[in-house]
Amino acid sequence: MLRSLNVGGRGGAVIPPAALVRRHRAWTDTAFRVVLTAMALLVVVVVVWMLVQLVAAAMPAIKRFGAAFLWTRRWDPVHDVFGSLTFAYGTVASSLLALLLAVPVSLGAAVYLVEIAPPAVSTALSFVIELLASIPSVILGLWGIFVMAPWLRRVVEPALASVFGWLPLFSGPTYGIGLLAGGVILAIMLLPIVSSVSREVIRAVPQSQREAAYALGATRWEMIRRAVLPYGRTGLIGAVILGLGRALGETMAVTMVIGNRPQISASLFQPAYTIAAALANEFSEATTDIYISALIELAAVLFVISLLVNAVARWLVWRVGAAPRGAL
Amino acid sequence: MTVAAVAPHHAARRRAADRVMTGLTAASTLIALVPLASVLIYVVVQGAGAVNWDFFTQLPKPVGETGGGMANAITGSLTLIGLASCVGVPIGVLGGLYLAELGNGPLGWWIRFTTDVLNGVPSIVIGVFVYTLMVVPMKRFSALAGGVALGIIMVPLVMRTTEELVRLVPASLREAALALGIPWWITAMRVVLRTAVVGILTAVMLSIARIGGETAPLLFTAFNNQYWQTRLDQPIASLTVQLYNYAIAPYDDWHRQAWAAALVLMSITLALNITARLVGGRRPGAGS
Repeated sequence: MLRSLNVGGRGGAVIPPAALVRRHRAWTDTAFRVVLTAMALLVVVVVVWMLVQLVAAAMPAIKRFGAAFLWTRRWDPVHDVFGSLTFAYGTVASSLLALLLAVPVSLGAAVYLVEIAPPAVSTALSFVIELLASIPSVILGLWGIFVMAPWLRRVVEPALASVFGWLPLFSGPTYGIGLLAGGVILAIMLLPIVSSVSREVIRAVPQSQREAAYALGATRWEMIRRAVLPYGRTGLIGAVILGLGRALGETMAVTMVIGNRPQISASLFQPAYTIAAALANEFSEATTDIYISALIELAAVLFVISLLVNAVARWLVWRVGAAPRGAL
Repeated sequence: MTVAAVAPHHAARRRAADRVMTGLTAASTLIALVPLASVLIYVVVQGAGAVNWDFFTQLPKPVGETGGGMANAITGSLTLIGLASCVGVPIGVLGGLYLAELGNGPLGWWIRFTTDVLNGVPSIVIGVFVYTLMVVPMKRFSALAGGVALGIIMVPLVMRTTEELVRLVPASLREAALALGIPWWITAMRVVLRTAVVGILTAVMLSIARIGGETAPLLFTAFNNQYWQTRLDQPIASLTVQLYNYAIAPYDDWHRQAWAAALVLMSITLALNITARLVGGRRPGAGS
């Protein structure tokens, strides 16, 4: 009678009667459980393996330069002397600059889209902003070289220099290509990420918070500032740190506009160099073993930093969402 | 919240502050849209003037000769995506199934956490990892290495989305199947996964859009190639690496080709993202 079973909704999964035979259950279920667990554990294996492999390959450089690698400014492939300070500086400076530019805009946009905009507008604009996240980094870099950098050189940097030129930060010749360009392009890349996580965090604030604030006579802005943002603070900080993690490791667009000169300059208009950009530019051209090893040590440093930053960010964002999404 | 903060003093000033802040948040939203609009317009305008039939059918020309195309880079990118999917899809889907079906204990928590952390590892670092893992022992750049690097990037994207979608499958469906005496593994594969399959395909599509645009992990794994490639253990061209090389080169004709490549790449990426949105009702750039 039971020829086949039609289980499930659309299309219906037809299960042949052979599959129903009871004796399959014992060992096949166990085997399946092992396969699934192995697949999932593979992710942990890869991350640990990555750490071990990178540190092992960086060993010659670690042994030769020791901890001084971290604070040496000189990067001299000709004489095999390698220090990471200029790259670390470029990475941190461009990322902080990006956060400074992107966070207020992202938060503002998130607040507008969740609390203020009509639902239809909110859905449409959220989607459009997130499309920005899907544009490949190399295309943003191309746009950065030919559109953004000339605009910075002709419009933004002269304007900044004429107003704030007395600050070392905005002094010197304007190239367009430089630390400022790196920061701006990173900011553009962070916008969709920081604003989409912020949106989720703000959306997760219970309605009762809002109603309580309104019941006390708050205006909409007072409600947002005193009831919504403080409630979501942890998650919003998580969103920002998540953005930081993304900025630290972003490669192509930054490489294309930051100027790639290993130097530490007070001026934002000067070229700089990031860890990721150094890897992108020099890896396939590295000639000596110690040179490659030093580059791998750079990668290992970047990896460890990104692990820490992401772990903190995830923890903060998760705490707000209580459980990982969809855990109910 | 202090009562004073919302007491009915300075009503006019408070209303003004409300209006100003509403205006500022709306302005932020507009500012966020400007770069997207600018990128879209430039890529479409510059790309439309540069793209032609040769772009899809010809090999790159040597420096100095104008014309030529990126046919080998297009097939190269498709090859790399195919290889990456062989790594990323099975691990991602089955790992996601594990997280949803079995991952409620501490091990599940750690795997979920590691997956999210892997998602945040810079793609260039994954490139360096695969370089030490495959390129050094094989002593050459290869399509295989590029595929593995992209595959590793793909895993967390597919895995977390699969988990989310599998969790949305109603428990009653699973219980109905189990109550009929169907073994758990068949229930999981043919009832649970089957129900979530449209969403999972959408997630795979989005992850392909993402890795298709990756450049950094390919620079020293797949490297590049100016000719047709026929073997997977040889360097292979890709649209993104070619775009990068052309963009930073000092030749106008190469810049023109770079814009053409950008137009092709962006059209595909946006089309995949928008389709995924329409089919699966999911956000673009999922997994971030």
